[in-house]
Amino acid sequence: MTSATSPALHTANERRRTGSIAWHVGALAVLAVVLYPVIWVVGASFKPSKDIIASLDLLPTKPVWANFSGLADGISGISISSFFWNSLMYAVLAVAGVVLSSSLTAYAFAKIRFAGRNLLFTLMIGTLLLPYHVLLIPQYVLFRNLELTDTLVPLVAGKFLATEAFFVFLMVQFMRGLPRELDEAAKLDGCGHLRTYWSIVLPLSRPALITSAIFTFINAWNDFMGPLIYLNTPEKYTVSLGLMMFRDQEGISNYGSMIAMSLVALVPVIAFFMAFQRYLIDGMATSGLK
Amino acid sequence: MTLVKEAPVRPAGKRSAAPAAGRRGRRRENLAGYLFMSPWIAGFLLLTAGPMIASLYYAFTSYNLFTPPQWVGLDNFTTMFQDPRWQKSVEVTLKYVVVATPLKLLLALGVALLLAQKRRGQGLYRAAFYMPSLIGASVSVGFVWRALFSDDAVVDRTQKIFGVDVGGWIGNPDYVLYSLVALSIWQFGAPMVIFLAGLKQVPQELYEAAEVDGAGPLRRFWNITLPMISPVLFFNVLLESIHAFQVFGSAYVVSDTRCGPADATLVYTCYLYQKGFKEAQMGFASAMAWTLVIAVALVTAVLFWSQKKWVHYEEAAK
Repeated sequence: MTSATSPALHTANERRRTGSIAWHVGALAVLAVVLYPVIWVVGASFKPSKDIIASLDLLPTKPVWANFSGLADGISGISISSFFWNSLMYAVLAVAGVVLSSSLTAYAFAKIRFAGRNLLFTLMIGTLLLPYHVLLIPQYVLFRNLELTDTLVPLVAGKFLATEAFFVFLMVQFMRGLPRELDEAAKLDGCGHLRTYWSIVLPLSRPALITSAIFTFINAWNDFMGPLIYLNTPEKYTVSLGLMMFRDQEGISNYGSMIAMSLVALVPVIAFFMAFQRYLIDGMATSGLK
Repeated sequence: MTLVKEAPVRPAGKRSAAPAAGRRGRRRENLAGYLFMSPWIAGFLLLTAGPMIASLYYAFTSYNLFTPPQWVGLDNFTTMFQDPRWQKSVEVTLKYVVVATPLKLLLALGVALLLAQKRRGQGLYRAAFYMPSLIGASVSVGFVWRALFSDDAVVDRTQKIFGVDVGGWIGNPDYVLYSLVALSIWQFGAPMVIFLAGLKQVPQELYEAAEVDGAGPLRRFWNITLPMISPVLFFNVLLESIHAFQVFGSAYVVSDTRCGPADATLVYTCYLYQKGFKEAQMGFASAMAWTLVIAVALVTAVLFWSQKKWVHYEEAAK
């Protein structure tokens, strides 16, 4: 732009610049409030226990490592890594189950014309709004009768049986958007449904599969009620239950380690989030589900 | 808008059902369909439909897991309605739903409006605002909240600097629920993203035309933005209120595992959990669960009924 701008253009530019500054100031102010708890927990994990509740400072005056090194002792004889391993197993199985079973079901809804499809689809959508608590007790009775409590089976069985209607719906929507010429061409080439599913639809549905996988991982990692109800030996506890145990055993006296472990427990979720946030947020917006 | 209305299942290519294939081909398609969705069918029968029937039965029985269920008719429901703790849990839950949902949606809409403007770093802001929604459900954040809102901790001390003294949050039966409300509002990212998707679809010409007509920003928001995003608003209200009815983890973790003090955070599901899994009163808990289902269904029905009055669909305008 030349220096000889007309006065009118000059003020328009200036107005745009002040608008932009005001926007950033506003956005940063909201951001500061929203991220405060996250920054606080990072700072607090380096504070001595007695300062965590009492001090108003966001960051420690003199950072200490004691809270993290204290974690090495574990919780009443169980090492922290055991909780992480259990959570990881739960999350990985959940992801495998959801991706496999939901994509098969979604393929049927999106690509196969079979009798009763609309009715079943309506039923599936209906389960989305059903409060999960009505199933909680009979499912518990069922798994208890099968002597499967205190294992991961009750926690992941539903994932392998496509009961997470969110993800089925998300994948159906996505697969319907794929060009139909592709699977028709595959059919003309003599591909059966299994082959069309595996070699054509599944690879093309990657964005929907990734979104579902990340959400499943994070939900399983954060899950609290499931493990609380089904797991009862401390060795089998997931991170969520390990944290609760920490609270019960150590209480206020060891606030430092509790906060440090809370932070460590958040790391996988935040890392996942940072790596995939673009997929996650777009997936959310297009499907309208959480 | 795909967000709100589910599109009817599209018939998959008329051409593919070639006449030569005939009835055998159709039968093969049926078989393939049912085989592909057999995981879902098994899951639906075993983990959804079956349990629903079972819990409906349990709701009319006295059942402690160890002896077979005993039919007691409507007893669970009559005791439930007279139970002061049940009444308290209904009151706490309604208060939570009514306070948390509108505030959360208001913040979500406000931030979405801010982010809908094209500015540098938009994507980063959007991601940062979304993060609490992902970690908010974890026990870790429950602990952080407890530490922040403990009596005489950061929140308490900061407000005292401004001369406001409410007498503590976590330990104060009058305020502890609002610390949970704050936790819920903090997770405004999910509805925000949905609002953003809706805002993107408002045709810019409408704003330009309104500006030419001399409509100010408030008027444009009220007469254009709000009606145009009302389907998304409806969707968010529905989803967030249903979620709020089912809050559990934060109440259990933040306000100590008894959902107190003085039952101040005894949300519905917390009482259900106590009755079912602490006191082994599976019949009573099932009756509670069905009452929740009916309440949620009623809220859903009322919202759907009300949408005729305030939700504006583009098709209707044409």
